[in-house]
Amino acid sequence: MSFGQLPYDLAHLLGGAVLLLSFVLLYQRRIAAVINAFATQGALLALAAAWQGYVQGAAGLYVTAAIAFGAKAVLIPFALHRLVRRFNLQRGVDPALGIGVSMIAGVALAGFAMLVVLPATAGQRALAREDLALALSVVLLGGLMMITRRNLISQVIGLLSLENGLILAAVGVAGMPLVMELSTAALVLMLAVIAGVFALQMGESFQSLDTESLDTHRGEGE
Amino acid sequence: MSIFTALVTQLLHLALILALAPVLTGCVRWLKARLMGRRGPHPLQPWRDLLKLLKKRPVLAENASAISRAAPYVAVGAALLAAALVPSFARGMLLAPFADLLLIAGLLALRRFAMALAGMDVGTSFGGLGATREMAFAALAEPAFVLAALIFAILAGTTNLDVIIGIFQEGALGLRVSLGFAAVALLAVAVAENARIPVDNPATHLELTMVHEAMILEASGRHLALWDFQASLRLTLWLALLAAVFLPFGMAAPGAGPIAWITGLLVFIAKMAALAFTLAVFESAIAKMRVFRVPEFLGAALLLGLLGAVFLFVSTGLS
Repeated sequence: MSFGQLPYDLAHLLGGAVLLLSFVLLYQRRIAAVINAFATQGALLALAAAWQGYVQGAAGLYVTAAIAFGAKAVLIPFALHRLVRRFNLQRGVDPALGIGVSMIAGVALAGFAMLVVLPATAGQRALAREDLALALSVVLLGGLMMITRRNLISQVIGLLSLENGLILAAVGVAGMPLVMELSTAALVLMLAVIAGVFALQMGESFQSLDTESLDTHRGEGE
Repeated sequence: MSIFTALVTQLLHLALILALAPVLTGCVRWLKARLMGRRGPHPLQPWRDLLKLLKKRPVLAENASAISRAAPYVAVGAALLAAALVPSFARGMLLAPFADLLLIAGLLALRRFAMALAGMDVGTSFGGLGATREMAFAALAEPAFVLAALIFAILAGTTNLDVIIGIFQEGALGLRVSLGFAAVALLAVAVAENARIPVDNPATHLELTMVHEAMILEASGRHLALWDFQASLRLTLWLALLAAVFLPFGMAAPGAGPIAWITGLLVFIAKMAALAFTLAVFESAIAKMRVFRVPEFLGAALLLGLLGAVFLFVSTGLS
């Protein structure tokens, strides 16, 4: 199972593309572009899951792929676009940390993920280890995005892309039960619904989705 | 015999690149015009412009020093030498042992240096502005290119372009994530190096946006022809480099005969046409970015190169 075998190479490359999209999410400034990048990431994740289903011969992974595509590449981006239009959020995403600094932090996190995963999984197949490292990088970058953005929509996208990383790690492992997949997918949909309701409430109370306006209600920063 | 073959390949390659470069520029312009619904100039128009301009005497500013006279020749020389090193239809050219990626980076830097000096020589504000912007972008684009070279070097064990292409052609390395990152980084650097949209607009003299055009605003006659020619050469060189490294199929092996050359040539022309079409579509679909966004764009390219290199370092070091 070394390099040079097409099934594993392609799975690996798709994982890399998902990670690349995580960096695109960090790099984009306009909220509509962030949502589009997230939709692309969802589509790529669906492709990765379908490819793993084909390679492993597991029909359950096709269901995962269909759910990932339907929810993350179509439904959630569509709902987010509607939210953006409703609250007139066409302007930038107000990063709490500069774009350049967050990109550097992202690369550092990806390197950190490699350093953590590779020694911990010694003795396994080289490609499985690197896939796991890629997935962990996506998770960490999602977390980074939640920390460095002030806008509610960007934070929700950070959380959802973190979950993309979890799915990416899960589909790479052979023999994951379908029940787990379904429950994770249901969780994500619930998450999106709650985030949507929260955003509507917040938008009506504060006329903005900037989470900074919540600080005073927590007794911080008067 | 083998030296003779290498020499013939090298000469054919040089003739091909020299003839092709302005045509390629013309083709991209024509495709862009067609995509935007205009009729567009004939693809051979850059050649006609070149021949006309070459007959004209350059007009220099009163305070122009020898730099203004020498710079176009230095730039064309550097671009030509770099273009001679990047294989087009066959490997194993006479200069192949010297075709080091770092040497190519150095020649491109020399070309940029000559251009920036020429921009600042006469002391007009536009020339200085263009030169400062070009150097500011180069500060990020050059390390990104070197990092991509580092990724190839770790994978192939050498920075020699000819050997790297040979190894990639065999396909033993497979598809690698690091190579994907290097490809994205190199594409971004290529866009910046060739002053294409979204970094710079090659078709405008609008003062706020221009970088490349600002530096050669003072050039005229023969000198302008040389500047235009080196811009075409640079575009051809970059497209040939991308095609050779990431689409290495179809290239004739070293020492192969004329039949392999002809197939190699046809494949090369098809690859260049496809890349030119992609470039035209990309440029028509996207808007020019603000100058202050460009360092972020190139910084992202640099970080991607770094990420690819880190991935390779860690995975080869720990596994």
